[in-house]
Order: sequence, then C-alpha cells, then structure tokens
Amino acid sequence: MEYILNPWPWYISGPLIAIIMALLLYFGKTFGMSSNLSTMCTILGAGKRINFFKMNWKDQSWNITVVIGAIIGGFIATQYLSNNSITNLNSTTITELQQMGFKNSGVSLVPDEIFKLSSIKELLILITGGLLVGFGTRYAGGCTSGHAISGLSSLQKPSLIAVIGFFIGGLIMTNIILPLIF
Amino acid sequence: MKYLKFLLVGVFFGIILVKSEAVSWYRIYEMFRFQSFHMYGIISTAIVSGILFLQFSKRGYIKSIKGANIFVPKKEKGITRYFVGGIIFGLGWALIGTCPGPMYILLGTGVFSMFIVIAAAILGTFIYGVLKNKLPH
Repeated sequence: MEYILNPWPWYISGPLIAIIMALLLYFGKTFGMSSNLSTMCTILGAGKRINFFKMNWKDQSWNITVVIGAIIGGFIATQYLSNNSITNLNSTTITELQQMGFKNSGVSLVPDEIFKLSSIKELLILITGGLLVGFGTRYAGGCTSGHAISGLSSLQKPSLIAVIGFFIGGLIMTNIILPLIF
Repeated sequence: MKYLKFLLVGVFFGIILVKSEAVSWYRIYEMFRFQSFHMYGIISTAIVSGILFLQFSKRGYIKSIKGANIFVPKKEKGITRYFVGGIIFGLGWALIGTCPGPMYILLGTGVFSMFIVIAAAILGTFIYGVLKNKLPH
C-alpha cells in the first residue's frame, strides 16, 4: 500500500502514460487532450461564425468523457491515494524559488504565489498562461499528449518540431521571463 | 456503457498524472532548469513504451477492439505552425505549469483557480480559430 500512497517513480509513471495512449488507440480513438478546448468552443456556439469550430461536437463526446474522468481521477488520487508527502524537489530548485519569493515549494502541487488568487498579478498570470496554452496548442495542432506522447511514439517529424518548440518556449519562460516577474 | 470505458481511462489518467507529480508546477519548473531527471524520465519512458506498442501494432500483433489496424493519424506537413505554435505553448506551459490535461486534473485535486486557466485556454483556442487564415502555417 505504501507503494501506491507514495509518489510514483518516473519509470513506472512513463509506461503507464503510454498505456493510456494504447488504451485510447485500442478503443479506436487517439490520445490528445487539447482537442477538448476546441470542442468547448463549439459547444459554446463558436461554430456559428467560425468555420474552424464547425463540427458535430457529439463526435467528440468520448473525449469530454475522458476529461470528466480525469477530474474524478485527480480527486481520487489526492483524497484516497496520497499520504501528503512533499514533492522531492532538488534543493537548488527550492533555494532558487525561495529567493524568488516562493515559500513551501513542493508542499502542494501548485504554488499559492500564483494560484491562490490574492492579487491582480496572479489573475493576470493565470489568464496569460491559459491564453498562451490554448492558442499555442491549437496553432501547433496538439499538446504534450498529442505531440510529445502520441506524435513522437509514432515517429512523426511535425511532432518533433512541435516538441522542440515546447522546450524553447519553456526554457525562455522559466529561465528568462519568470525571474523578471518574480 | 459505451462511455464508461472512456470515463475509466480518464480516471486512470488523472490518477497517474497526480501520483507521478507530472501535474506539479514545481516539477515543470525543475525540468526547465535541468535540475531533475524526473520529468525527462517520465516523458522518455512514455515515448519508448509508446514506440514499442506502435511497432507491435504496426506489425499486426495488436488490433483495435473492432479488429482494425492501430495507428496514430499522420500530422499535416509543415514547420512554421509546429515551431511557432510550440514556442507559444511552451511559454504558457512553463508559466502556469499545466498543459491541457493537467488543467482538468488539478481542478479535481481542488485547485479551483484552474477554472480561470481553462476559461482562458478556451478563449486562446477561440482566438486561434478566428485568426487561423491570417497566420503562417
């Protein structure tokens, strides 16, 4: 039981994620979470004006179901399968973050300094981050699941280009922009 | 019943990403600072396992539930959209530490400010749909 309650090591987690992809392929679908954002646009009526969102969203209802499951999974994992252990971060990471004003690094999954919504700055960060992810993922035609996992597993060059882009963007944000805003 | 299997896959997905700490903002930060192998380990073992699975299915050892061939649809050819879109995505990913799957999973763990992130991500996707024909692909 301790093995389940403790955080899972990377060499267990990675293959399990591949099993998710395999299961969805086995069921005749593909692993790509960002498609749900387009489906939400369609459900909200965006298809009336913009061709890109013209589709029968019911064809995507399986993927919306995966999302609902993922929310439930997040709840189950934290409520019943965790022992509140602290994320075992590199001590350099913790020191660095402390210097930037992040307290209690690794105690929760996300920092209060961004997600507690105690200032306009935090709100702006959440909105900006969401916009960049939503816009970028559709422009690139996929996200971590669609490109990094599904795309690279099927050895596709466009996905390799996208993943290189993900990393360039991530490196710029973490190493250059984050230290400027914190 | 048709949807139950997808619901269970989703539950399984949510549990894995929480237990692996892949939904942790701190893990994403650590990855982009090259201070831990954890995320690289997860991503690379997922890809290696995925390659093995797809090579087996390509050779016909594994079929879908309906007996059809298993394959990942081919992405359209192109460079600009993948590279530029990828960079924009990466900027957001590192800022808020979540990509489209974890947004929902974190909501389930009780991070309710994710509603704002999800709403903004839907808006971002909408903006792409509006600008699509004006953007280089």
